[in-house]
Amino acid sequence: MNANDDLPLDFQENDPTWALQAHPHSRREFLKRLGGGIVIFVGFGGKLAGADARFGQRGVPNDFNAFLRIAEDGRVTCLTGKIEMGQGPITSLVQMLADELDAPYESVDILMGDTDLCPWDMGTWGSRTTRFFGAALRAAAAEARGVLLELASETFRVPVSRLQAKDGVIFDRKNQKKRVTYGTLAKGKPIARHLTVKPELKDVAEFRIMGQPKLRRDSLEKVTGKAKYAADIRLPRMLYASILRPPAHGAKLRHIDRSGARKVAGVTVVEDGNFIAVLHELPDVAQQALGRIKAKFDVPPATVTDENIHEHLIRVAPIGDVAAGGGDLAKGRKLATRTFETTFFDGYVAHAPIETHAALANIEAGKCTVWASTQNPFGARDQIARAIGFPGERVRVITPFVGGGFGGKTGNMQAVEAARLAKAVGRPVQVMRTREEEFFYDTFRPAAIVNIRSGIDDSGRMTLWDYEVLFAGQRGSEHFYNIPHHRTTVRPRGWIGGRGTHPFATGAWRAPANNTNTFARESQIDLMAMAAGADPIEFRLKHLDDPRMIRVLRAAAKHFGWTPAKSPSKRGVGVACGIDAGTYVAAIAEVAVGARTGEVEVRRVLCAQEMGIVINPQGATIQMEGCITMGLGYALSEEVHFKGGQILDTNFKHYEIPRFSRLPKIETVILEANDISPQGGGEPTIIVMGAVIANAIHDATGARVRRMPMTPERVKAAMR
Amino acid sequence: MANTISFRLNGKPVRLRVDGNRKLLWVLRTELELTGTKFGCGHGVCGACAVLVDDRPVRACMAQVASVGGKKVVTIEGLAKDDDLHPLQKAFMEKDALQCGFCTPGMILTAYGLLRSKRKPSRDEIIRGMDGNLCRCGAHTRIVDAIQSAAAEVKQADR
Ligand code: FES
Ligand code: FES
Repeated sequence: MNANDDLPLDFQENDPTWALQAHPHSRREFLKRLGGGIVIFVGFGGKLAGADARFGQRGVPNDFNAFLRIAEDGRVTCLTGKIEMGQGPITSLVQMLADELDAPYESVDILMGDTDLCPWDMGTWGSRTTRFFGAALRAAAAEARGVLLELASETFRVPVSRLQAKDGVIFDRKNQKKRVTYGTLAKGKPIARHLTVKPELKDVAEFRIMGQPKLRRDSLEKVTGKAKYAADIRLPRMLYASILRPPAHGAKLRHIDRSGARKVAGVTVVEDGNFIAVLHELPDVAQQALGRIKAKFDVPPATVTDENIHEHLIRVAPIGDVAAGGGDLAKGRKLATRTFETTFFDGYVAHAPIETHAALANIEAGKCTVWASTQNPFGARDQIARAIGFPGERVRVITPFVGGGFGGKTGNMQAVEAARLAKAVGRPVQVMRTREEEFFYDTFRPAAIVNIRSGIDDSGRMTLWDYEVLFAGQRGSEHFYNIPHHRTTVRPRGWIGGRGTHPFATGAWRAPANNTNTFARESQIDLMAMAAGADPIEFRLKHLDDPRMIRVLRAAAKHFGWTPAKSPSKRGVGVACGIDAGTYVAAIAEVAVGARTGEVEVRRVLCAQEMGIVINPQGATIQMEGCITMGLGYALSEEVHFKGGQILDTNFKHYEIPRFSRLPKIETVILEANDISPQGGGEPTIIVMGAVIANAIHDATGARVRRMPMTPERVKAAMR
Repeated sequence: MANTISFRLNGKPVRLRVDGNRKLLWVLRTELELTGTKFGCGHGVCGACAVLVDDRPVRACMAQVASVGGKKVVTIEGLAKDDDLHPLQKAFMEKDALQCGFCTPGMILTAYGLLRSKRKPSRDEIIRGMDGNLCRCGAHTRIVDAIQSAAAEVKQADR
């Protein structure tokens, strides 16, 4: 596995204790709660997924991470700590389970993200759900099928080899009247198995449900308004909280006058140090009452702004580590007849899910239950337990539907606040962030700088590649071209700088680091292709050995109808490729650029992707489309403006996420690769969007935009 | 300052004693427990809170509750007739025009208004009509497809 895929997430580094304090329930406890039926535990230890064994090394018990249960009525339930925030595991996990179990697709239910019912899980991010968790789940289902076959063999006194399982029924091949349903087999038999050895998984040729395009399983609830998100849970006597927030990060409360708020009928003001909240039975009244609190803050002087942030970052960047390298840079330089030195810049980008962070906490009979929009319910449970001084087993986090996460719902601050307030007032309390709070407390994708020095020789071959990335992070920084003398330096590896780096929090953002890295790398490759007088696709192919990358590039060119030409061809077409979460992506875009305005209109984006075995082609296609659409934002318009710790963009009026009117014609191609295990699908396509648009702009205008987002002003400046 | 406000909500009469200056969104979500209407921005710029007032989409985060007195309000919960989904709801399901689903109620009700004012909108007209509704998951192309395919149905059903 590529080390890039699995950098530990930085928020864990910030707070290493939460992972260590996880305490999964014992198996016995689970069984008691479940009653009868057949239960198979899925462990990540041992041979199954070496990738996850490292969590065991970190001290987290890796006894089991999910389980499935076959009930006496034949219904199969999968319980997992993963969550559904739009990427569709609610569908794809069920496909995997039903198929390996030979159970009807409709007979499988999935229960996600409830810390009392589901076994411990690290969290839902990094395109890991299908790649790692899915593999283990399939193995568990295959094991369950094996158990059922054994039971049937005992019942019929017929060897397992004579039996066949299909659609939740086992029958004797020689005497089809001998048949028994899974439910009947599960009756009265509390059987628990712990998956230890790797069972036989189905070959792609045997797939019946996997590989089929499946519609979302949760859409009926979502189109009728029945789907519950964290802020939709209602409890008797609940209060809504509005919390006093500083005007800037780092600001200190100097003076406060709460008398105005206290005058509002029905208001409770809770104060715990600088944590001041106004509670009311009506959320809008609580918010209004908060507005009547007069607070004065000392705001530290702003030294960095979105204008000068890159100079600051260059000053404070650590020496860093060499992430990859080969050959001899001096030699590469000597061999080069032309060298290119370019610096690329990226700004801060917000997650901006349409659902703001929300949580409802209720403490009853010594147990705290919190419904939270979170990507890591178990992390939330431990944070809440610490904050309110409860042992972990007396905190339960339930994750209803999550209205978008993209890496941004991992901090759980709102869940902790709700729990603290519920404890303080002895009533259920909801905390739901306003849009302004959502922007203020977002863990932005970090601003970053990439320096590249590269060279080509007389024959147009790359000889030198010296790549250095500041603050974006390592993922996607290593190139995949055939360049004899090269080095990749990461300063630092993660996406959270140390103290004094960023004036606010930064974190993982859909395909973290890779968007910035792919933008820089693929822009530089294009620039060299132009210097070499070569077509940008031919130039890339000439430097590629990796058959997977060659295949996606060729597929993209073919489906787009690419005709080779030297850039800038004035056609406004550009190409970019990259690797993320084990998946290979190549995209071609067509743009039109307003000569006077610098306005970029993306007309068409075609993306070819190879992601190994595809579990749900429909879901995978939708993720590609979603990534292309979302990626238009960081490429063209999204940038957080700030003055020191003060965030200037606080709503969608200023911070422009992609709208319908930005929509290009989107085409997606997924290449069959059934000899490769399933790879990530929720993130990879987004990585190429900056580069493919930058290269198309260059092809249209001859101007090279080196800074994202490529706003009209920046495009105009580059054209000058 | 409490006022008595009466209106029809999802086909049924309601009478509330509330401060008429409060925003419809919070009254729907809190007192009336209709949480299908979502909060996204609070400034009328995302469309997550769209509801129908006398068959026209209105942003509930901006509308005072007094403004719907005597009118017909339909939220996402009231769009289906009994168990019969509205063609837009069906089309959103058939086209998989949603991911996290948080923008979906507002999208569907805004599209409803669009189809009322324009029986068979072109792709461009849909894009223009929906431009004030935000979706972070990038379900846009499928939303446009769903609205287009629902348009044919709506015409037949004449709703
Ligand atoms: S919440 Fe009303 S428009 Fe965004
Ligand atoms: S589906 Fe998630 S915001 Fe639209």
